[in-house]
Order: sequence, then structure tokens, then C-alpha cells
Amino acid sequence: MKVTLENVTKKFPSRTKNSPDVIAVNKFDFEFPDGKLIALLGPSGCGKSTTLNLISGLLKATEGKVFFGDDDVTELAAEKRGVGLVFQNYALYPHLTVRQNILFPLQNLRGKDKMSKAEMNSKAEEIARLVQVDKLMERKPNELSGGQQQRVAIARALVKMPKVLLLDEPLSNLDARLRLQTREEIRRIQKETRITTVFVTHDQDEAMSISDMIVVMRDGVVQQTGLPQEVYDNPDNLFVAQFLGTPPISVFDGTVKDGSLYIGNDKVLDGVCADNANVTVGIRPEGYILKEDGALCCKLRTVEVMGRDISVVSSNDFAKSADIRSIISSENKVDTSKEYVRFNLRREKVFLFDKENGKRIRFCSEKGGVENNG
Amino acid sequence: MDKKSPKALLYLLPSLLFLGVFLVYPLIDVFVYSFEEGYNSASQTSFGTGLYNYSYVLHDPYFLQALKNTFILVIITVPLSTILSLVISLGLSSIKAVRNLFQTVYFLPYVTNTLAVGLVFMILFKPTAYSDGLVNLLINTFGGQSVDFISGPYWAKMFVLCFYTIWIVMPFKILILTSALASVNKDYYNAAKIDGTSKTRTFFRITLPMISPMIFYLVITGFIGAFKAYSDAVALFGTDLNTQGMNTIVGYVYDMLYGNSGGYPSYASAAAIILFAIVLTVTCINLIVSKKNVHY
Amino acid sequence: MKNKTDVAATALKAVTYIFLSVWALIVLFPFYWMILTSVKGYGAYSNEYIPKFFTLSPTLENYTTAFTAVPLLQYFLNTLIFTLLTTALMLAVIIPAAFAFARLEFRGKNLLFTLILSLMMIPNELVVITNFVTITNLDLRNTFTGLILPSVMSVFYVYLLKESFSQVPDELYYAAKVDGTSDFRYMYKVLLPICRPTVVTITVLKVIECWNSFVWPRLITDEKSYFLVSNGIQEIRENGFGRENIPAMMAAVVAISLPLIVLFLVFRKRIMEGVARGGMKG
Repeated sequence: MKVTLENVTKKFPSRTKNSPDVIAVNKFDFEFPDGKLIALLGPSGCGKSTTLNLISGLLKATEGKVFFGDDDVTELAAEKRGVGLVFQNYALYPHLTVRQNILFPLQNLRGKDKMSKAEMNSKAEEIARLVQVDKLMERKPNELSGGQQQRVAIARALVKMPKVLLLDEPLSNLDARLRLQTREEIRRIQKETRITTVFVTHDQDEAMSISDMIVVMRDGVVQQTGLPQEVYDNPDNLFVAQFLGTPPISVFDGTVKDGSLYIGNDKVLDGVCADNANVTVGIRPEGYILKEDGALCCKLRTVEVMGRDISVVSSNDFAKSADIRSIISSENKVDTSKEYVRFNLRREKVFLFDKENGKRIRFCSEKGGVENNG
Repeated sequence: MDKKSPKALLYLLPSLLFLGVFLVYPLIDVFVYSFEEGYNSASQTSFGTGLYNYSYVLHDPYFLQALKNTFILVIITVPLSTILSLVISLGLSSIKAVRNLFQTVYFLPYVTNTLAVGLVFMILFKPTAYSDGLVNLLINTFGGQSVDFISGPYWAKMFVLCFYTIWIVMPFKILILTSALASVNKDYYNAAKIDGTSKTRTFFRITLPMISPMIFYLVITGFIGAFKAYSDAVALFGTDLNTQGMNTIVGYVYDMLYGNSGGYPSYASAAAIILFAIVLTVTCINLIVSKKNVHY
Repeated sequence: MKNKTDVAATALKAVTYIFLSVWALIVLFPFYWMILTSVKGYGAYSNEYIPKFFTLSPTLENYTTAFTAVPLLQYFLNTLIFTLLTTALMLAVIIPAAFAFARLEFRGKNLLFTLILSLMMIPNELVVITNFVTITNLDLRNTFTGLILPSVMSVFYVYLLKESFSQVPDELYYAAKVDGTSDFRYMYKVLLPICRPTVVTITVLKVIECWNSFVWPRLITDEKSYFLVSNGIQEIRENGFGRENIPAMMAAVVAISLPLIVLFLVFRKRIMEGVARGGMKG
């Protein structure tokens, strides 16, 4: 079932008396497509968890509407919406066994939805098999590992066949290895059940790797939505460009002058038909090409060999951060005795942003990149 | 490490001295007393050892009366105060406005002098020169007959004692239960809400099991406290509890020790050990029951 | 349907508030009654056919009576001396002990600590008998020494303080050691200030306990000049003011209760936290 948020705003009263209300979510307007895995991504405090709770119904929107399919559920209480919610700390009832935890939502059903004991049990076991906890049914939560608890929590959320599955930072309480494993698991479960799933995360890697779609948020405002790769390749603003990608994008002060882009005195790109202005330049790590007579000159600091790739760490007076990380293929040889290293740039990996508001300035033409010269 | 031991001992010495003289030695001694027959506190002599003290105490009508009173008090006040405090705590945690004020007010009896406030209860229930007292006035307005609560029938006196005992023990229970309720993670309630769990079911399946350790803690300490009741009875009925028929086991112990009927530390010791045995048994039963019912 | 649930919720809320208010009334009413009675004239009170819920002619004469007809001031003074000395002595005794358990290393530490903790379970009634005999044999009846000494130790507070001391990071201790600070100096210059909240809580709880103590003073004093307030009020109740003077008795009750209520209102948070902690640790 698709979920639509229509201009949803959530304000919280401020803690102190005279300051204005805190706007946690500001005019959220987006349609979560049916049967997809969508990530709400952003730094902590960006309003992503609030958004999740607006969908679950645990919070009521201050303004705007929430639709499940075509039904307006804005005023509907959480228990009537038919959502499954997995909490960051799992919130498994510690005094109940895994089986009792999974059965718990089913035992709440009344009236025509009421199930017989046998039905409930077979349902619970089916779900337990799906998330692979069927061998742990009689254990208590404190006898399970973090990953197992997570699966049980998902099972509990799924057992009543929710219209929407919501996961709040599902992987943040797991160690690195389990995190990789569990995120694949979430992907698989979502694919098998085809339930529209929204999960909240601050880890862009996590969001990029498993979701069908990502929604990047900052300070309560949606920055960009789209397919993960699309957003990565084509960020709308500096924040999105910086938030996505590891190693992070390197940022420079630059100038557009007569169709060329300069970083300091180095003319790094031709054929830039933007207006003459000082701009912020973002270059993805994979946008650097090592070249002896390259356009951009940086001071070489170290070289880290990472198997298939080499990571060149250098610095530049016009860079906004101390280190510039560039990823190049290990076929290249870097002469570490030299003081400087020079790069040409891949045009499609270079983004220009407005110096004031960080908005993307798009190139109008495709031809005439410097890399063609090399 | 060993050369540090003497220094540590220096820090511990005062405590150990106090504990030894006023806690450990008396503990051993009380058993000795209880088996010494015919101990005379003036000449500090006895003429034999045995179970005579216990048998005397167990056949003393005053002791039996005290035993009965204590048991009635325990059986009435422990469940009532626990349930009442649970209901009040639930009410408290469901409101926001003036919650702090209520909490402060509810805690007041904890810091009051049991003897002093007991007198207030006494005058509330006691007839004055020309009236039957405030509580009787209340009973009369609802069409009931006046009752002499302070020196009248047994059940009336027991009622006042139970009422005052509950009034005194409530603050502690309310405080413990409200903090227990507050420490239940809100996510459990949210999870239950998402699943459409009814209020009753949430209470019995989530809230109650979650705070069950604290409830059992309160029941256990409640039993221990109620078995040791004494000051509240003194406050309401005076020190001569035996003639009033309102003595408690602890009161019996003290009466045997000192006062008009005092001077019998052996009988007092025997009675105190009987009390200790009762409390220990009840606590063990409580612990066994709680092992079966407390979930984590 | 939405309206229906709203109405139900509002009704529930109203019932909750009414219920809570009723209990608040039950708690507060005795206090109100004691203050009210204490300002009613003796004649006015005795001549009431129906108890009055207010008085139009409040008087302080009962307070004068309470402080002149019986040695109430003496009781206060005794209680004050008893409370201060007992509390001070307790702190002096348990702070080093808690420090030793929290910080020093010595053989059998854990065993000793467990043994001391298990003493918490011993009911006072068991040990009072021997203490009574001991104090009597030492001829310490009707002395402050006899009153205070057996009341000093509180195992539970040793435990509470030790827990608090243990939470202070080791680094502070080592830093102090490197600077050549003695253990004792570290204890009262570093540990005590850091753990001040716990020390304050323990002090206040002990003060309340001392102020209200009744059983031990009753056993050990029979001269009025050594009575504490609890025994004093009992004495007033039994032998009164020559006649049954309830308003004067209530004035004494108010006077006795007031210091504690003020103390409670000042240290409300500390007291409630301390008592709740006691509950959690059992």
C-alpha cells in the first residue's frame, strides 16, 4: 500500500516559555510507493524519526494529511492504522517468550478478525520461519543476541500483516558485522512480503545499499528524494552531496570565469557555461584522474593502498577540509617521493553549488571537459 | 596488598565496634536469654536452660491477644495498602498537571512523627465533651450510629488502627510504585498501542509484569513492617495496650522488658524470637511465591 | 465515534483527578485538623456540640500553655541534641567504613561487606533487649550516652554511601596519589564533595529517623528531663496538662511536626530520591 504525506508539518511546543515552537517536520510532501523499501535518511535531529511516528500515528500532524492508499488516516489512532513498528531498542516484552511476543498482537484482535489458538500459532510460526527465529520460540528476549532480538521484533511487527512496516534505526544497536548481515536480511524479508517498508537511518551507506528509494532530510525539511544512485550522482544541493558517499565528497572554493572553472589558479574544467561567479565545488573521490600534467595541483600527503583501489590523500589551500581523498585504480603508480600530485577531473563527478545557499548550479553543456585533452 | 590491611582496618574499626557491640553481640545474646529459665535481671542469675520461656509466652493470654491483633493488622493492611497505592500510582502517572503537588502531598505522612500525628487521629475518632467526635458526626450524617472507636468495641478499635497504619505506610508505597511505573520504557506502551492492545490487557500483560518485582518488594517489606507494628497502636490507644486489648507482638516484647509489667528479658527474648521466626517464614513464603511470579 | 472516545477519555481523566484529590484530602485533613484545633480556645473547643471546621477567633494561648505547662522546650532541646550528635557520630563512623569498602584493598573485603549487609535483615526488636540490659547494667539509663550510642549505626547508609563512592572514577584517586595526597585527605577533600548529594540525603534521612525515634528513648529514659519529643507527646497524652486539654495537645503536636515538615519541603527531592533508592536496592 502506498503511503502519502501531504504537506505534513509537526510542531512541538518549545521547552522555554518565550521561544517559538520547534518545527520538527516542515511541509513533508512525498508519496512512498507501494511495495518498496524506502529509507528516511539524515543526521540526528533532522526529523526523520518524527516523520516515522507521524506515519505510525503515535504522533499527530500539526498540519497536513496522511494517506494510506486512498484513505485519509490523519485522524486515525495508531492502533487503527494497521502499521507494524520496529523500535530502535526492539521493545520486546522481557517477561514473555519469543512465541508470546510474536503472538501478542494477534491476541489483541477482536470481532471478525479474532483468530483461533491454532490459527494464531501457525501464523506465528510461519512468520518466525520467515525471519528465521523458529528455533528460538521458547526463549526469553534476554537469552537472544542483538540480531536475534531484532528479528523477533520484526516478526512481531509483521505477524498481523501490517499495511506498512516501519523500522526506527533498525541496525544501530548491532555491531558492524551483524549490521551488514541484518540489512541484507531486512531486504530479503521486505522482498518476500512485498510490504511497503519505511526505515529510518542516519547511515547513508545503509540507506544506499538496500533501499529502493531514499528521502534525505535536514532540519525537518526534505532535501531530495529518488533512487539511491540517482541522488548520489545528481545531488540537488551541497548538503545532499556531502551527506552521501564514503569517502565523502571533497569541497573547494572555486570560480567560474568565462566558461571555465578555476580552483585557485588552476583551470580545472572547460566548457562550464554557468554565469561568472564564485562557487563551491564538490568533487567525488572517484572524480579524480591521476595525471602528471593534470589541471589540479595538490600537495601529496599519503597514499593508502586498499587492494583494488588506491586512496590518495592530499591537500589544497582552497579545499574546505584538510584532507582531499581521491580514489584511483591501483594500476596507477603514485610517486610518493614527490611533493605534489596533479589530477584531471571527471566532469560528471564535479558539482557546482551556489556559495550562498548551497543550491546546485548545473552545467548547461556537456562538451569540452578537460579530461578529453589528457 | 597485605601491608595495607591494618590501615583499612583503622577506617573500619569504629563501624565494626558499633556493629559488634550493639548488633552482633545482642543478636547472639538474645538467643541465650530466651533459653535461660528464671533469669533475674537484678541478680543476673538463672536456674537452668530450656524452652520454658517459649512455653510461658505461648500460653500467655496477652501474647495470644497480641499475636491475633498483629495477624489481623497484617492481613488487612498489607493487601489493602498495596492495592490502593497501586491505583493511586497509576492515577498519578496518567496525569501531568499538578502531579508534582500531589506527589509532595502524598509523601507528607512519611516525614511526620507517628506518635504526634497519631494523636490527631485519636481526636478525630474520639468523643469530645459534648459531641461524639468528627468521624461519628460523619457517620451520623449518613444515618449511622455513633461508635466509640478509641475505647469501644474491638472491631472499631481495630478499624482505627488499620486505617492509621495504612495512612502511615502509603507514602513509601506510592513513591516506590510511581518510580517503578516511570521506569517502564515508553516504547513498550507504544508497541502495545500500535498493536491495538486494549488498556486492560496492556495493564495486566505489560505494566503489571514489568513492575512485579517492585510490587513483590513492597509486599515483602509491607509484611515485615506490619508485623513490627507498635508505635501506631501506642499513639492511638496509649502505652497500656494490654488492658485495651490492642497490643501487638512488638508491644508485648517491650512490655515484658520494661514498664509496669516489665523486668522479664527472657520472656521478651522468647517473644522477639517467635516474632522473628514468623517474619522469616512469611518472607520465605513471599520469596518462593515471587520466584514463581516475577518474570525477570 | 471519535467524539465517543473523547468523552470517555475526558470522563476517565475527571474520575482520576477526583480520586487523587480525595486521597490528597485524606492525607491533608489530619494536618488541617491539628492546626485548626491548636488555635481553637480551650473553652470553645470543649463546648462544641458539633465540631467546627473553622474558627473565627484563632488564639495562640494553646501554644503558650504547651510550652509552659509541660517542659516541651526541654523535650525539643533533648531531641535536637540527640539528633545532631547521633547524626554527626554516624557520619564520622560510616564515611571511613564506606571509603574502606569502596576504595581500599584488604583481605576478606568482599566477605566482610557481605556479612555487614546481611546485618540489615536483623530486626531491631531482637537486639533491643540485650542493648537495654547492657545500657542498664552500665548505669547509662537517663543519659545521652545511653540514648545515642545504640542509635548510631545504620548498615543501610554504609551501603548507600559505598555505592556512591564507588562511582567516582579511579583516575581521581590515582591523580591524588600521584600528587602525594593521603587517603584521608583524599576522602574528605575529593570524595566527600563529589558525593555531597548522597551525604546530604543520608544526613536528612537520619535526622528524620532520630527526630521520630520513640521505642529506644522510651525504654531508656524515665526522667522527663531526658525525654525526646515522641516520649514527651506520649507523656502529655497520658498525664496531660492537669486536665484533658486537646487544643494544647494539638499545639504541641504542631510544634513537633513543624520542623520535619519544613525540612521535608526544603529537601523534598533529596528525601524522595533517597527513599526511592532505598526501595530499589532493598
